[in-house]
Amino acid sequence: MNVRLYVWQRLTAALMVPLVLAHFAVIFYATQKGLTAADILARTRGSVAWALFYGVFVLAVAVHAPIGVRTVLAEWTPLGSRSRDIAVVLFGLLLAVLGFRAIAAVVLA
Amino acid sequence: MSLLAHRTSPVWIAALVHRLSGLALAIFLPFHFLALGLAISGEAKLDGFLRWTNQPLVKVSEAVLLGLLAVHMLGGLRLLALENLAWRAGQARLALLAIVAAMIVVFVFLASML
Amino acid sequence: MPETLLVSLWRGGTDGRYVSYEVPMRENQTVLDVVTWVQRNADSTLSYRFACRVGMCGSCAMTVNGRPRWTCRTHVSKVASNGRITIGPLENLPIIKDLAADMRPFFEKWQQAKGRFAPSKARTDPIERIAPDNPARVAADAAIECINCGICYAACDTVRWNSDYLGPAALNRAWTLVNDVRDAANVERLTAVAANGGCHACHSHQSCQEHCPVSLNPTRSIAGLKRRTAQAYLRGEIKP
Repeated sequence: MNVRLYVWQRLTAALMVPLVLAHFAVIFYATQKGLTAADILARTRGSVAWALFYGVFVLAVAVHAPIGVRTVLAEWTPLGSRSRDIAVVLFGLLLAVLGFRAIAAVVLA
Repeated sequence: MSLLAHRTSPVWIAALVHRLSGLALAIFLPFHFLALGLAISGEAKLDGFLRWTNQPLVKVSEAVLLGLLAVHMLGGLRLLALENLAWRAGQARLALLAIVAAMIVVFVFLASML
Repeated sequence: MPETLLVSLWRGGTDGRYVSYEVPMRENQTVLDVVTWVQRNADSTLSYRFACRVGMCGSCAMTVNGRPRWTCRTHVSKVASNGRITIGPLENLPIIKDLAADMRPFFEKWQQAKGRFAPSKARTDPIERIAPDNPARVAADAAIECINCGICYAACDTVRWNSDYLGPAALNRAWTLVNDVRDAANVERLTAVAANGGCHACHSHQSCQEHCPVSLNPTRSIAGLKRRTAQAYLRGEIKP
């Protein structure tokens, strides 16, 4: 961990605090109301707001999570530094790709 | 020599909980995104999945995941406070409060299911 | 009160083992007294370190029942469970022999963290006037009493898990110098502690603070370094 990774990890963490709280609210609302897939999709289809909200969330987590995992791999596994760094970058890309695919799935018609 | 001899301080345990919850969330997230991606093939697949999640075991797991997210975020807030605000005593108590708050989130979610 | 203590001492190097000794129990006895008794009466080949034996020099630091402590300041009655004590060399350091750990990596990291003062003035310049209540001076004073005993380094799990990590003592010293207005080396110092294994590797477990015999708080110092390096980095003052 160095200052560059630290700044990125802490900034994305701070950014995600309000996003997580909003996400909790959304989950509670959806489960309380017993929303079906159709109900959810009716709300998300064509919504720029939802796309932006979750787009920012996906980007933030795709930066934040790999940095944390990198530290755990460095401290708790015998993985070499090159393999470790490649692995976490791939993990970040995986999160970004799957995350944007999920957003596309619920926002695009 | 006991490896856990002096690792009983609430602050140390809070750091471990923070790390383990982060790992669990990191493993869970790709599956979460995949589940939502089911909507690509139309609502039927997503609906089928949502109905599958109505089982008690799945609901408990969802509650646990929410708890993990809550405890990870609270642990992170603890670190942001520690690193950026004036040093304060009584952090052990705050760390315990954070874990309790996360558990409350879990129970509220579970209770809302009943 | 049992008449003897059963004491397990680490003998040998990294591939050594614990050897048990029976040591007479006394009314007032420190762990250092116990180790000294063994060396003088049971086995003169036992190697260990001490100097002042009054809690000022930090030389007698060892691992006692799993925790790093100054043995001259640890009463047997406080740590012996059922009349048994286990004593080993300080952890996270190579073992020279028996209870003596090799402190060189500890001091090398001290230098790596630029833990030495770099003067900015000559002897003919006027003395720098620093008010004792100046906030930077207060921060430096709170961390300045470190006598390099190595207990924080031995207690730290991040040191254990991350061989690059400079450790609490080195970073704590760097923080005192960062707050010293007379010092001229802060760009290099901040760069050194902002690199891999620097202050950002600290997870704030606070084992250092918990065990420091002079009640220092390296976690707080390291938090200060995190702030300073982040600011310096964002302003482009350091390029690690």
